[in-house]
Amino acid sequence: MNLDSKIPEGPLAEKWTKHKFNLKLVNPANKRKYEVIVVGTGLAGASAAASLGELGYNVKAFCFQDSPRRAHSIAAQGGINAAKNYQNDGDSIYRLFYDTIKGGDYRAREGNVYRLAESSVSIIDQCVAQGVPFAREYGGLLANRSFGGAQVSRTFYARGQTGQQLLLGAYGALNRQIANGKVKMYSRTEMLDVVIVDGKARGIITRDLLTGKIESHSAHAVLLCTGGYGNVFYLSTNAKGSNVTAAWRAHKRGAFFGNPCFTQIHPTCIPVSGDHQSKLTLMSESLRNDGRVWVPKKPMPGLKGADAMKVPEADRDYFLERKYPSFGNLVPRDVASRNAKIVCDEGRGVGSGLAVFLDFTDAIKRDGEATIRAKYGNLFDMYAQITGDNPYKGPMMIYPAVHYTMGGLWVDYNLMTNVPGLYALGEANFSDHGANRLGASALMQGLADGYFVIPYTVGDYLANIGWADKVSTDHPAFKEAIQQSIDRMNKLINIKGKKTVDEFHRQLGLTMWEYCGMSRSEQGLKKAKQIIQDIKKEFWTNVNVLGTANELNQELEKANRVADFIELGELMVDDALDRKESCGGHFREESQTPEGEALRKDDEYAYVAAWEYKGENQPEQLHKEELKFENVKLTQRSYK
Amino acid sequence: MKIKLKVWRQKGPNAKGEFKTYNVDHASPDMSFLEMIDVLNGELIRKGEEAIAFDHDCREGICGMCSLYINGHPHGPLQTTTCQLHMRTFKDGETITVEPWRAQAFPVIKDLVVDRSAFDRIQQAGGYVNVNTGGVPDANEIPIPKKIADEAFDAATCIGCGACVAACKNASAMLFVSAKISQFALLPQGQVERKERAEKMVAQMDAEGFGSCTNTYACEAECPKGIKVANIARMNREYLGAMLTSYEVGSGGGGE
Ligand SMILES: Cc1cc2nc3c(=O)[nH]c(=O)nc-3n(C[C@H](O)[C@H](O)[C@H](O)COP(=O)(O)OP(=O)(O)OC[C@H]3O[C@@H](n4cnc5c(N)ncnc54)[C@H](O)[C@@H]3O)c2cc1C
Ligand code: SF4
Ligand code: FES
Repeated sequence: MNLDSKIPEGPLAEKWTKHKFNLKLVNPANKRKYEVIVVGTGLAGASAAASLGELGYNVKAFCFQDSPRRAHSIAAQGGINAAKNYQNDGDSIYRLFYDTIKGGDYRAREGNVYRLAESSVSIIDQCVAQGVPFAREYGGLLANRSFGGAQVSRTFYARGQTGQQLLLGAYGALNRQIANGKVKMYSRTEMLDVVIVDGKARGIITRDLLTGKIESHSAHAVLLCTGGYGNVFYLSTNAKGSNVTAAWRAHKRGAFFGNPCFTQIHPTCIPVSGDHQSKLTLMSESLRNDGRVWVPKKPMPGLKGADAMKVPEADRDYFLERKYPSFGNLVPRDVASRNAKIVCDEGRGVGSGLAVFLDFTDAIKRDGEATIRAKYGNLFDMYAQITGDNPYKGPMMIYPAVHYTMGGLWVDYNLMTNVPGLYALGEANFSDHGANRLGASALMQGLADGYFVIPYTVGDYLANIGWADKVSTDHPAFKEAIQQSIDRMNKLINIKGKKTVDEFHRQLGLTMWEYCGMSRSEQGLKKAKQIIQDIKKEFWTNVNVLGTANELNQELEKANRVADFIELGELMVDDALDRKESCGGHFREESQTPEGEALRKDDEYAYVAAWEYKGENQPEQLHKEELKFENVKLTQRSYK
Repeated sequence: MKIKLKVWRQKGPNAKGEFKTYNVDHASPDMSFLEMIDVLNGELIRKGEEAIAFDHDCREGICGMCSLYINGHPHGPLQTTTCQLHMRTFKDGETITVEPWRAQAFPVIKDLVVDRSAFDRIQQAGGYVNVNTGGVPDANEIPIPKKIADEAFDAATCIGCGACVAACKNASAMLFVSAKISQFALLPQGQVERKERAEKMVAQMDAEGFGSCTNTYACEAECPKGIKVANIARMNREYLGAMLTSYEVGSGGGGE
């Protein structure tokens, strides 16, 4: 199988323009003859569904929450990047492209990333036109802040609630199309399977979460905008419902999974407080603009935020500023996280031992408490709410936590998976962030995919297949898929074992965190593989799901998702085993520089790993898409 | 800490509900309220009793999915969301009563889960600016005074949780609706459709069966995002202004 990325020929800056010109168009009168399914209403899904509805296509959109407005994008805090250069500080599309490729440790495609940087500019225009209330300067123009991995100020923000405001903008656009009858919205509906006939995606199978009814929907194309799979670790900054099910079922139907082991561990999260912990809370990266990260030079076990002020300057180690003088506290996430782990492994962690300080004392002295409150007030409040500590009076305690997954369904330049008619957008695809995502670029990617890429590329596919090329839900393939989903639900209900779904999920999560988290080794990964296989066996014989499949049954929903996380976990381990280099968020202990930095091996591993499902309990097959760099020179990343 | 919980259990939309009492013997002050219910649910399942159904997702106070009427207050005693409420707020040995949102327009689905789709339909009636993707002006061509932008932002932070409705003796949705109407009434982008928007959203709000506002301001006191009742006053002005110049109100929203 040849993986064709379909990157257009020609100079970098002209690829997308030329490509758009070469794409086929659907005549306006014919658009209404096509149906498109959009699964997910986060930034990627809502923007795609709204834009396709505006163009005249008939769209069906799905989400598992009670309203499209609650997609996990709502939780994004810090901001969205765009190469507007409003600050006149030397930004450009090329610089955003370069920072993103470098930040991703040279494991993303040049063509895709350049297009992303190009689209970023239009995103801000679009959102402002929708009435998104971005932060502004006193002169009335838009304000910016800096994020990790960049030396320019290109991040647009809406206090600490940027994702909320962007999503509500997209939700408004989606609502407008719902009111116009162009989008039919199915909330509290979960996709369980994708239906493929004659090699093309033809529709999906869903479960109505209120009644348990399993139904089928057919369309000319299916867009998966279902978010990331960070919850494979159980504890992550993702929402509780975030899951891999849609992407995983597509994978089992033939769609390749790209770089599954590329996970982002975010350096600034509130540390774990006990066994009851159900999720971890992010403290936005924007805090690193003003907060200084430190631990004591010598171990001071149990040191608390309130006592930190008594530690003299000379006894503090501002380890990021010390090791990386040019980027300081604003090094990329993978670097910041790994260094926090290193100092804690040395026994210099504070609080429980698995925490470092994020200190605003200097910033408050310099700018005043009011300024800091205006910038980060809601984050400080959230911190106080959760920990019971006052961050204006002593430093915050933070520790890295799983936050984002760069891996996802493999897609070509058109965002189409290797299954014709099946697309993946937003965090659900693997496309633009390589081995590490820079802050404020996921929102950018989700909206670029939905507003500015998919309306063109899906049109080309639809024009090529023609509106008559559609399969009805009466087709045996739909009937069969429905039956399989019903059987699966009944199977989960009928195991009637002894352990709760959460117990399995926690066990899986701990295994992934221990062996496939911030640092990975061959030995550990092999051990993890064995443990995960055991978890899988036990799950299918000993999980306890009460109630029936024909009602609102939240335990059944969880069980169905956790079963998929377990299988995904094993694939992540396989992928991490295959990649015997360190790059970005993937740190293989066997591959480091003498200073302990990640050591890439470009001769052997400059490829996208695309995994093909080969059947129940069969090893997956690895396909390699070679990455070609024509514009940037691959260097060892340095933030020193 | 030890907690006694009185929880509303209801099998389905048409079933008769009742309070059931449970003991949670190992709550910790650092747990969130929802984590405490997670722990209880784990115990219930191990005893062969179905878990208590409740809505939640982000657990960060921003998605608006969590609800719960706790000891007579939506989202409990603090002005925050239930997912951000921690057990340290309660006393050891306390009895806590947990109910679903109660409002005619929010029917109970199961246990503590209610149907808030009416809120979506109100937004569909006009909670947006009619612009298509592409073809819009450069973002900095629309300067907006910081003060106005900040005020619009404050209104825009509503998370659509419905606590305002649950808090109100009339189950009025005015605070929720006025937040969106205010955001756009303040911003230049919202001016073109200002009147039509107010008319349509208010009409939909009435059609959904929400009660009217009698100025008791329980909504503002309970809103986890601090949405101000000043928005309701603004909405009333917008609505009256719109009615005076009498627009045709069509069904649904959109209008291209
Ligand atoms: C706490 C936090 C803060 C962040 N801050 C930032 C930031 O400041 N800047 C930035 O750029 N990025 C940030 N990110 C990352 C960014 O928010 C996400 O990557 C991005 O929003 C994902 O958008 P999405 O549209 O791909 O998916 P999501 O918003 O996760 O949406 C997924 C959608 O799919 C639906 N869905 C999922 N599975 C199914 C199924 N089986 N059936 C039906 N529907 C399904 C859901 O209902 C939902 O509608 C942050 C992430 C987190 C967790
Ligand atoms: S106005 Fe406040 S209480 Fe009402 S829905 Fe919005 S955030 Fe919730
Ligand atoms: S769970 Fe999202 S606001 Fe409470």
